[in-house]
Amino acid sequence: MAISAFLTDTTVCIGCKACEVACKEWNHIPADGFTFTGNSYDNTGSLGASTWRHVMFLEQPTALGPQTTGTEDPFRWLFLSDVCKHCENAGCLEACPTGAIVRTEVGSVYVQPDVCNGCGYCVVSCPFGVVDKNHEVGTAFKCTFCYDRQKEGLMPACAKACPTQSIQFGEINDLRERAQLRIEELQRRGYNDAQIYDPKESSVGGAHAMFVILGQPEAYNFPPAPEVPTVHLKSAWNAALISAAIVFLVVCLAFAF
Amino acid sequence: MPGLGTTFGRGGATTALPDLMNADTILIMGSNMAENHPVGFQWVIEARERGTKVIHVDPRFSRTSAMADIWAPLRAGSDILFLGGLVNYVLTHNKDFREYVVNYTNASVVIKDDFQDTEDLDGLFSGWDPDQRKYDPHSWGFAGASVGDDAEHFADGGHAKHSASMSAPDFNGAEHDRTLEHPRCVYQILKRHFARYTPEMVESYCGVKRELFLKIAETFCSASGADKTGNICYALGWTQHSNGVQIIRTAAILQLLLGNIGRPGGGILALRGHASIQGSTDIPTLFDILPGYLPMPKFKVNSHNLEAYLRKHQDKTGWWWNIDKYIVSLLKAYYGGAATKENDWGFGWLPRITGDHSHQGYFIEMMDGKVEGLFVMGQNPAVAAPSGRFERKALSKLKWLVVRDLVELESASFWYDSPEVERGELRTEEIATEVFFLPAAGHAEKEGCFTNTQRLLQWHQKAVDPPGDARAEPWFIYHLGRRLKEKARLDPRPRNAGLNALTWDYPLKGKHNEPSVEEVLQEINGRSLPDRTLVKGFVDLKSDGSTSCGCWIYSGVFPAAGQNRANDRKSRDFYGHGWAFSWPADRRILYNRASARPDGRPWSERKKLVWWDEAQKKWTGLDVPDFTATKPPDYQPPAGAEGDAAIAGDRPFILHPDGLGWIWVPIGLADGPLPAHYEPWESPVRNPLYPNQQTNPPAMAKQRPDNQYADSPDDRFPYVMTTYRLTEHHTSGAMSRTLPHLAELQPDPFCEISPELAAERGIENGDWVTITSMRGIIEARALVTSRMQPLDIDGKRVQQVGVPFHWGFRGLVKGDAANDLVAISEEPNVRIQESKALLCNLVAGHRTQGKKALEQLEQQIRGQAWQ
Amino acid sequence: MEGRREIAMVKEFLTRWPVVRQILTHSDGTGVEAMSDRTRNLAPKHHGAQVARSVCPYCAVGCGQLAYHKDGKLISIEGDPESPISRGRLCPKGSDSFELLTHAGRETRVKYRRPYSTQWEELDLETAMDMIAERVWEARERTFVEKSDGEDVMHTTAIAHLGGATLDNEENYLIKKLFAAGLGMVCISNQARI
Repeated sequence: MAISAFLTDTTVCIGCKACEVACKEWNHIPADGFTFTGNSYDNTGSLGASTWRHVMFLEQPTALGPQTTGTEDPFRWLFLSDVCKHCENAGCLEACPTGAIVRTEVGSVYVQPDVCNGCGYCVVSCPFGVVDKNHEVGTAFKCTFCYDRQKEGLMPACAKACPTQSIQFGEINDLRERAQLRIEELQRRGYNDAQIYDPKESSVGGAHAMFVILGQPEAYNFPPAPEVPTVHLKSAWNAALISAAIVFLVVCLAFAF
Repeated sequence: MPGLGTTFGRGGATTALPDLMNADTILIMGSNMAENHPVGFQWVIEARERGTKVIHVDPRFSRTSAMADIWAPLRAGSDILFLGGLVNYVLTHNKDFREYVVNYTNASVVIKDDFQDTEDLDGLFSGWDPDQRKYDPHSWGFAGASVGDDAEHFADGGHAKHSASMSAPDFNGAEHDRTLEHPRCVYQILKRHFARYTPEMVESYCGVKRELFLKIAETFCSASGADKTGNICYALGWTQHSNGVQIIRTAAILQLLLGNIGRPGGGILALRGHASIQGSTDIPTLFDILPGYLPMPKFKVNSHNLEAYLRKHQDKTGWWWNIDKYIVSLLKAYYGGAATKENDWGFGWLPRITGDHSHQGYFIEMMDGKVEGLFVMGQNPAVAAPSGRFERKALSKLKWLVVRDLVELESASFWYDSPEVERGELRTEEIATEVFFLPAAGHAEKEGCFTNTQRLLQWHQKAVDPPGDARAEPWFIYHLGRRLKEKARLDPRPRNAGLNALTWDYPLKGKHNEPSVEEVLQEINGRSLPDRTLVKGFVDLKSDGSTSCGCWIYSGVFPAAGQNRANDRKSRDFYGHGWAFSWPADRRILYNRASARPDGRPWSERKKLVWWDEAQKKWTGLDVPDFTATKPPDYQPPAGAEGDAAIAGDRPFILHPDGLGWIWVPIGLADGPLPAHYEPWESPVRNPLYPNQQTNPPAMAKQRPDNQYADSPDDRFPYVMTTYRLTEHHTSGAMSRTLPHLAELQPDPFCEISPELAAERGIENGDWVTITSMRGIIEARALVTSRMQPLDIDGKRVQQVGVPFHWGFRGLVKGDAANDLVAISEEPNVRIQESKALLCNLVAGHRTQGKKALEQLEQQIRGQAWQ
Repeated sequence: MEGRREIAMVKEFLTRWPVVRQILTHSDGTGVEAMSDRTRNLAPKHHGAQVARSVCPYCAVGCGQLAYHKDGKLISIEGDPESPISRGRLCPKGSDSFELLTHAGRETRVKYRRPYSTQWEELDLETAMDMIAERVWEARERTFVEKSDGEDVMHTTAIAHLGGATLDNEENYLIKKLFAAGLGMVCISNQARI
């Protein structure tokens, strides 16, 4: 099967949250609390065990490309639907000791709820803070990339619902190309700070869920250089070995004298 | 609807959602389309991505504004000033599409000598009767044509075609000046009328800076002419005003001047708010119309017999000449074999209108103890109607109440958990109302059709049975009717003639004996009698009793056995032909004759839609022609021609007696042939154009001790308040605050205020605040945001407070109802309330609970600070 | 025979064991070899279900919906890609249509409140319908006006109706037909104005 991917584009997102609801409906995820945050229209907060699509609302004192607003000072309101990045090199997958987290044939990262033992190692290993443990059920959850739907050739629930196709779904190379063309188009139209968020240079090695954003990744809570914790594995073991050798030497010396 | 109906001929969106993709510019005003019609908004995004300029004008910077190319903040209630400013711009800079205007509109018509404009009479049109508070529209007529000469002649609006107050007009003798220079031709009157709607006026009183206004004007008005078109989308931000119909009229005039009606990418898209609200106006559960916009008979005005009715409403020329076929066919559908020529087809059995039987009208009667019983089906007046406190107290005066819905909503539970009970204004043990709550079926549990915002009838199939005792409305109405007909059967008094004659033999199916909904749709489509063959369309209807039809504009939806076109699912072209059925006759873009030149060729290749095929001698193209298919473009009607035969081959607005688009509306509206700016009932400023006419003269304030107004301006209530919707919730919240997945998206009620207002009142983002008006007191969270811009109006700083109206006292998430603050008032044509512009005060802190809340409100009304 | 079956069972067990699969396929235990039976047999919940073509009950865009059902139970509702208006998409409310019909707060029984009572009672549906018909007939009897000044009036203003914008065309048609043309009720309104 082809490797599938998401391309989520802030420039056509209308912040409606259809993706959040469609995902919860399809996956039978419960609501996770009726809490007013006061943070623009975002009462969801962040991705977590029972939120696998999260729409961000950014009110910024910056102009939106060529947009003319009647505001006294420059202003723009950006929306973006966040999701699991389904990393090329996934921290959660590397850390999982039980083999619960697997790479599927469509390239997504899938947590098997019947195998997961709730150890939580994946939670601390995700550089994006995506996967989380549901404390009532006792196991870890995150976006499944609608693996059940993809098995029958259907697109994920969020992509299907998105009214403006801000969430695009397709073959990964197609989407990478589309993303590039989109950036060029946007910059031509005057959106000078348009860029693609797809951290290929870091140890994550690129995401199967890419984003077209305006401005810096940090504004969207995206780490500019996310790392898979196991990238430090070799140096960590080396350091441990050297430390052990030193300790052994010192102990030997201590007994020698 | 009368805004569009009187200007073009039919009260409904003139275009279809996908057609937005063809627009060169889109003006969204009085609408928050991205939030309230998100999936429809995909077409705006498609257009934008192809280079269309999207303009959004609104009191708030919403999710729609974020997607627009230009956003201008607007003072709520100043829409006619702004739109009039655009009209002024077009006329001043000669930007009108001249060939279209001269040939397709009544801009060239000369108006009678005795007409006087609001500019002449300091805010009134000629014909104003200060005692009746109504206009006599005789002086609004055309020179040379008669506009009816009845004894009773007050301009009356309403949903029906034209008005029910005058004899049908005869326009044949109207004088025209096609050079548009005659000082009393519509074009010149229009110029004088809008002369003071300058960019400077817009800046001072709308709050839109001159340069920004001009940029919008240039952008929108440049999309005009043979090669370009512009579209306007509006919703309740335009309708819910004391001059709502005239706001829409101003936009309609603009679109006629720019030549945008009936053309691809043009038109006016009225964005309606509920799944089948268009349907509930077409097949109306409204008091003043019958299905297909036929007027209800009005006591002593037109209802003595069918002949009197027709004399009033049958235009000699234009499509409404056929009204006799439609009313007779409707009566045959209602009364079947009992309706005969001898008894006027049962016309006499129809009830007569004697007053204001609208929602607000009868709720006032209810408050005064004059309404005994009420059915509420799929509506929630306790939360969504204006002046919530009034509505809930009125409900407590009923003898009995029947509520049908999916959940026990506020209108069903007011007797024990409303704020009035909490505050001691009502005591449960003293409320006599007998309440029946009957659970209702949801949309996937029944079949039937909705009519959406673009006039599309779409059938929804049944997936599963409704649970428990829940039933669909057809079951309820049918079996209620069956019981009542049983009582009437042995009681032949005249009052029961209609009930006894009523055809009520729908085949029953299923274990619950549900009436066949398809059978009802067939009745709506129409049949020829006595064989009961389904008719193919409204052209097959007759006035001799040989046809029946429940709603002539829907005729054609079920043209033959087994052909439920509302259930067609094979779209075969861009406009969606083959998917569902669009009234009338599956035309997707109305008035599309206007997409061709007078000689029948398209205005341009780029904007072709419908054109004359000389070889085949008929109109053809990308849509079903909204015109008699075989009438050639050069057809001139012979003298004395009637009906559609009297409409020339180059007159696209076939429902009008003269086939023209009415820039000037001589009859049909209660408040004038042209729109004029008046302030809302409660305003921070005096009317800059007409200081002696602050508000729309014939609008009704329904002022009484329990429905009071602030002054304009008013120190006690210094802020402009506007109410609106969010994407995450739906109207009164019964279908959203009860669902966990939606409730969690927007849990607490909130208001939106500017940082400046927050600083003034010592409010931090997220704090609870108390908002008051002359009618009520509510609390909400404060979202402090730059999206609310303070405006400079006439040298004063005006703050606007935005309050979504979704919350009520039941559900998973609850809160105070914003509509508690809105007054009961009626726009003069359709009796809609003014929810979009009122005055309020706002202070930090929770509102007091219980009885003390009323004291806090009283203090506010007395102008004192609450201790 | 027994022996062969046992060997087959052991073989099957071994090949399903992720460790064995990992070794046999030379993989690292993070791919398909580590999938459980549940994962390998995953299918969408509406697999094999019937579908009703429906229309969203919320706003007036009228998005097409596919209502999946099996054995009389609703399974899920999503967009209908063949609609030329919505092209398969749904907003958050339309996307929540399944919850709208199945949530725990949905009423399924008649509730009745006597005058002056402080609580609801149960009532069976047929009795409720009889009682409502009585109320209508009785109110109409006392308040119906046949004529005034020699002209037909043929109405009652004592019974009113509110509702319609979420109801089907056929429902609104029957309501107006019975209430106005049959019973002479004129106080009929709904959310629509304009």
